[in-house]
Amino acid sequence: MKRRDLLRSFGAAMTTSALVSPAAAAELKGFPEQTAMSADHLPRPAMKGGGFQVFTQENDRKILAAVFDRLIPSDKFGPSASEAGCLEFLDDQLAGRYGEGRALYLEGPVRPENEEAIMGSPQFTQTPRQRYEDGLKALEAYAKATDGVAFHALSPGRIDEILSGLEEGKIELPNGVKGKWFFELMLQNAREGYLADPLYGGNRDMAGWKMIGFPGARYDYRPYIERQGENLKLEPVSLIPKD
Amino acid sequence: MTIERPKADVVICGLGWAGSVMAEELTRAGLNVTAIERGAWRDTSTDFPPAVDPDELRWTTRRELLQPMSVETTTFRNRMDQTAAPVRNWSAYQFGWNVGGAGTHWAGMSWRFTPWDFEVATQTRERYGAAKAEGLQLQDWGVTYAEMEPYYDRFERIAGTSGIAGNINGEIKPGGNPFEGPRAREYPTPPLKDTFWMREFREASERMGYHPFTLPAGNISQAYVNPLGVTMGPCTYCGFCDFHGCGNFSKSSPQACILPALMRRPNFTLLTETEVLHAVKHDDGKTAKGVKFITKEGEEGFQPADIVIITAYQMDNVRLMLLSGIGEQYDPATGKGTVGRNYTYQTCGTVNAFFSDKYTNPFIGGGALAVQIDDFNGDNFDHGNLDFIGGAGIMGYSTNGRPIQNMNNLRPGSKRWGSAWKEAYTRDYNQGAGIFIQGTSMPVRDAYLDLDPDYRDRHGQPLLRLTFDWNRNDQNMLRYLTDRSVEIMREAGGEDMIVENQAEESWNPYKQHSSHTIGGAVMGADPTTSALNPFLQSWDVHNVFVVGASAFPNNGGYNPTVTVGALAVRAAQAIHQTYVNNPGPLVKG
Ligand SMILES: Cc1cc2nc3c(=O)[nH]c(=O)nc-3n(C[C@H](O)[C@H](O)[C@H](O)COP(=O)(O)OP(=O)(O)OC[C@H]3O[C@@H](n4cnc5c(N)ncnc54)[C@H](O)[C@@H]3O)c2cc1C
Ligand code: SF4
Repeated sequence: MKRRDLLRSFGAAMTTSALVSPAAAAELKGFPEQTAMSADHLPRPAMKGGGFQVFTQENDRKILAAVFDRLIPSDKFGPSASEAGCLEFLDDQLAGRYGEGRALYLEGPVRPENEEAIMGSPQFTQTPRQRYEDGLKALEAYAKATDGVAFHALSPGRIDEILSGLEEGKIELPNGVKGKWFFELMLQNAREGYLADPLYGGNRDMAGWKMIGFPGARYDYRPYIERQGENLKLEPVSLIPKD
Repeated sequence: MTIERPKADVVICGLGWAGSVMAEELTRAGLNVTAIERGAWRDTSTDFPPAVDPDELRWTTRRELLQPMSVETTTFRNRMDQTAAPVRNWSAYQFGWNVGGAGTHWAGMSWRFTPWDFEVATQTRERYGAAKAEGLQLQDWGVTYAEMEPYYDRFERIAGTSGIAGNINGEIKPGGNPFEGPRAREYPTPPLKDTFWMREFREASERMGYHPFTLPAGNISQAYVNPLGVTMGPCTYCGFCDFHGCGNFSKSSPQACILPALMRRPNFTLLTETEVLHAVKHDDGKTAKGVKFITKEGEEGFQPADIVIITAYQMDNVRLMLLSGIGEQYDPATGKGTVGRNYTYQTCGTVNAFFSDKYTNPFIGGGALAVQIDDFNGDNFDHGNLDFIGGAGIMGYSTNGRPIQNMNNLRPGSKRWGSAWKEAYTRDYNQGAGIFIQGTSMPVRDAYLDLDPDYRDRHGQPLLRLTFDWNRNDQNMLRYLTDRSVEIMREAGGEDMIVENQAEESWNPYKQHSSHTIGGAVMGADPTTSALNPFLQSWDVHNVFVVGASAFPNNGGYNPTVTVGALAVRAAQAIHQTYVNNPGPLVKG
């Protein structure tokens, strides 16, 4: 079995066991002798070629690609976000625990104004997946209202203008979407996709790592630590080697 | 259905650093110990081997080893006249929740506090006069550094700490920290090696007349067998340390240092994925009879025990005391009550800069890989003409070059997106270097913890509420320390400096970087101002011991854990040497 298929079947096993029975509370006496990886710590690779799970609408993918490729365009430093797989990355992230906001505290009472005043920035009780759903709709509506066209049909220069307006808090989006903070979410996720291990569907060919000179999942720099200040020219290594 | 478990001599609530140390001491002394841990069993080979661990997205960015806010969060406000809000997303709060606690994914900076930190009230008064501490709620710890030394030594031996001594029995040693309290002997393993930036920082601070030394580290520099017979391996400078487990058995942690021995003891039992809800007192309220818990499946149960030890990390230690009615809630208006009193934090800043035409190779890193000067820490310098007490360690660090975490570490004025970002990150990634200023935090009357009136956890129990903002003393301190750090960075030749003084704006969990929450159930010699006596025994309920950084009445300019570990050894020895033979208060209040 190729390494990638193996990782995929790990991933599949993980999903079923998580659905059927979560690990139970246990009484441990003696040192646990198991040597197999804990199911919930197995690698969770993005499924490649399986189609989109969250961004099932073509227009949503077009809006995202239009934004992401302005956030990270193709140029002499490396491929664009969409060329590097950042859409597939985000789709996979939003389909899973991150998108579901499983780590977040979403209980009430919800007091948006007080929470924003206390914390210095808005807090959200929507999951990241819901925020994309609302945010993309709002971008589309904004483009139709101001430019009379679909968002993805805007020129690159016009998209830059809108992104800058969002970043600086000068543009408000419809339907209560907080434009500045949706911009921050997209910027964070696009760059995550560009810089995370290729295991998650982005950073194709480790392009993001090659751009900055990060050697990836190497785990031992003892041979290099004394070569202070040198250009070490280390080829990056990924958790999912090319097969 | 309620599970009724067989009685134990001791029940330990939370099996992180403090819990593991306590359990090891007490089982070795022959006591029957049951530990209850909210998180899952995690171990090196099964949960973070080298093929799984170097994954920044999963462990650093998504923080998958940490306790999610959906399990329990904290509410926060700056002042008492505000309504606190719950922390909904990841923030400075970084709680552990697996067997091993945050000790599994800490960075390993392994400090002893200075002698001054333990006696800040007395020493400040004696050296500068009482007026110097005006507005601060200073109090001594009820234990001195000299008394703590053997326990520090014991914890370091278990942890295998790497480092270089600066003061052995009063004799100053070259290369070490000349300001440290006297140590009985050298560190268990030698210091880590210097990166490019550590060397530059070391040479610059030496030229300025300061005293640089390699940080004591829970990143072990060579193979080592600890007193429990557990073998550790050398750190590989892998750069995936804080927020990550260690795949090499080289990070001091309960997994690498204690659990292999502890788990094999027949008088030790561990319940995982089981949460302690609160302790239950006997009808007379003078002692506890055990703890109520709930399993992951939602079954409630009771664990009877003669001794209850709360080691659930500083914040949950205070919360469990309040939920159990152990001690009286502190009231900042009257100063009455002790639980929740003297909450402090860590006063921090950073100075980042860039080195043109150099390769800093930031990916060569360790959680505690750094060079520090202590010339401006604690009371190591004269505060006579200064408007504050305390200070900070100033460190040139090489902790990691993880690409997502560092994607905004760019020269001033750089854009965060577009080709301009790509160009800036390509240029700056390999040229950046940073100084971290980690400072003391002094207690004040209105910085405290209590239970939130509105927000609850998944079991319906109230969340802990924090009321906190920077106080003037700590702001003045950090301003002074930031200036000193900028001078060092300039001397080292760093260009395009970015200076961040975290205390300039109101405190807020989303803006801070330090995970070090301190105090709230503090130790001391006076039961009207401390919740615990100097052996971390509750003044009010004598068979309850509460062990963690919750016990520090003030925070030193250091990471807390080695002091937590040393206090744990000391408390455990007091229990098995004295308390079990004659249960009752170990100290007269
Ligand atoms: C990323 C990171 C880096 C750090 N770096 C450093 C460093 O370099 N140097 C340093 O000194 N410190 C560092 N720390 C802090 C250090 O991890 C803690 O000080 C240390 O782990 C505290 O030990 P503890 O036993 O008090 O708590 P923990 O080790 O966190 O253990 C507490 C345990 O109690 C469990 N628990 C909580 N509530 C309950 C309940 N109700 N029932 C059952 N179980 C419960 C938790 O799940 C947890 O396992 C770092 C922390 C983090 C998160
Ligand atoms: S830096 Fe060293 S101690 Fe830390 S995780 Fe890597 S190998 Fe382990």
